[in-house]
Amino acid sequence: MTYPALGTHHAGRSAGPLPTKQVRKRYWITLSIMIGLALFFGIGLLAWDNPMPFGSDGFWIIAKLRASNILTMVIVAACQAIATVAFQTVTNNRIITPSIMGFEALYRVVQTGAVFVLGVAGVTFFTGVSQFVLQVAIMVGLSVALYGWLLSGKLGNIQIMLLVGIIIGTGLGSIATFMQRLLTPSEFDVLTARLFGSMANADMSYMPVAIPLVLIAGGYLVLSSKKMNILALGKETTINLGINHRREVMKSLFFISILMAVTTALVGPLTFLGFLVATLAYQLADTYDHRFIYPMSFLIGFVVLAGAYFIMKNVFYAEGVVGIIIEAVGGITFLIFILRKGRL
Amino acid sequence: MITLNSVSKQYSSTVSIGPVSLEIPTGGITALVGPNGAGKSTMLTMVGRLLGIDQGSIEVSGYDVSKTNSKDLAKIVSILRQENHFVTRLTVRQLVGFGRYPHSKGRLTQADEEIISRSIDFLDLGELEARYLDELSGGQRQRAYVAMVLAQDTDTVLLDEPLNNLDMKHSVVMMQHLQRAARELNRTIVIVLHDINFAGHYADYICAMKQGKVVHFGTPAQIMQDEILSEVFETPVNVVPGPNGPLAVYY
Repeated sequence: MTYPALGTHHAGRSAGPLPTKQVRKRYWITLSIMIGLALFFGIGLLAWDNPMPFGSDGFWIIAKLRASNILTMVIVAACQAIATVAFQTVTNNRIITPSIMGFEALYRVVQTGAVFVLGVAGVTFFTGVSQFVLQVAIMVGLSVALYGWLLSGKLGNIQIMLLVGIIIGTGLGSIATFMQRLLTPSEFDVLTARLFGSMANADMSYMPVAIPLVLIAGGYLVLSSKKMNILALGKETTINLGINHRREVMKSLFFISILMAVTTALVGPLTFLGFLVATLAYQLADTYDHRFIYPMSFLIGFVVLAGAYFIMKNVFYAEGVVGIIIEAVGGITFLIFILRKGRL
Repeated sequence: MITLNSVSKQYSSTVSIGPVSLEIPTGGITALVGPNGAGKSTMLTMVGRLLGIDQGSIEVSGYDVSKTNSKDLAKIVSILRQENHFVTRLTVRQLVGFGRYPHSKGRLTQADEEIISRSIDFLDLGELEARYLDELSGGQRQRAYVAMVLAQDTDTVLLDEPLNNLDMKHSVVMMQHLQRAARELNRTIVIVLHDINFAGHYADYICAMKQGKVVHFGTPAQIMQDEILSEVFETPVNVVPGPNGPLAVYY
């Protein structure tokens, strides 16, 4: 290329993702703080209030039992964080979360339906590895059918897809609510425990299935960070830069649906977590680049989950319902950030 | 060179584009003008493969746009639409850097950085390069996007109404930049313009469209005529000699 001598190139001008020293420094400091907090809460959950003396055999037996909770949190944080960041990017919309696409409503219908048809035994009916795989498959199948139908047609429009997704979600939610009305109080009580997102819902026997799924789906989304950065610029710019927009969006939505299905089938609905985590990650990372957003959002997700769990367990002695503290504290933190910075 | 061979696109039984057959020569600025709904933007988006065609074929520099790999086309032709989704935490320089994606696949080399710097300087964005896109005015953002497609370093550049949102001064400056890019960087620039006088002054060729068809193609001197413009725009137009060439008066 032959450019005329128009202004000289100044050394140090860089189009990199963290353009100035200040931004770079802030990012790495914030990330280190998050790693520190994650370790603090992680170790805290293992060791705090452990009746056996530190380092003894008994200590490790109890710590091992608790470690399964931490593994669940790592998986849920990874699923929610990666799926939400990617979903917001491919839909070019920073105020939504993939949960609205009917995953949670479907989960509610399946769980409620089981109790409705089989009574209290229905809850146990939907536990077990094959049932877990079936639930994930139904959720992924539904969303792939929806995306495939809505994105490949002549209307091929993400906004319409979102709208149809929300309507299907609301419809399924109403069916679940209707069935809940007809349950006996004792059946309803048993069901309620399943409908609140809780780490205790996770069964360790699901892990051999859940972990590879998360590694593949999450791995793909993280490895395509550079393409994600372009998809964020919108459909037309993406095509202009030589990327097959529809194919990339479909692939991403497929992997997003796997992540959302795994976390929902594992612990139940956590509607607000993904949105909170993605928004906080954008606030704290201060960059557009997914290579930096993903790790930040994952760490924030883990810190929020582990922190909420730690506080609920050791301060309020009510470890079952982390969802409540995530929504209360998380929501307030979110509002403070938005009001202080004045932008998403 | 851009060649359109009886290209047509059917929207509904009453709305259709074409058939259009046209050759846009290499080098210089070609302005697409015409009334609203004439199909200027549609034709531009079809050349830039943002929109598929129903019949016919389009070739840019000898490559059929519906058959060539999109990845390879991104090094041959770049297109900028009127409205662009922008990411808030993106600086001007980072945006311009995305223009290098077809060449660098996201791994910017020193050579890429130099091309980015030149594109930025070319559009006088040096002072603004560290600013975030949400801190810019509409016109500045428009210039940043133009810098991005220039950094893409394609022989053919398609711009859909780049003067939208720009005031008088910035419209003139933008057209001067584009004229320089066409002459000094030897680009073929196709641009949709609303103001016929901008086309008359800065374009090397004017393509007049009406109801989905090309009705006139020629140099500004050939197109800037009372009868032609009155017919194209369906309103009485008088072309009068101005200090810097002919001016269309239609107020």
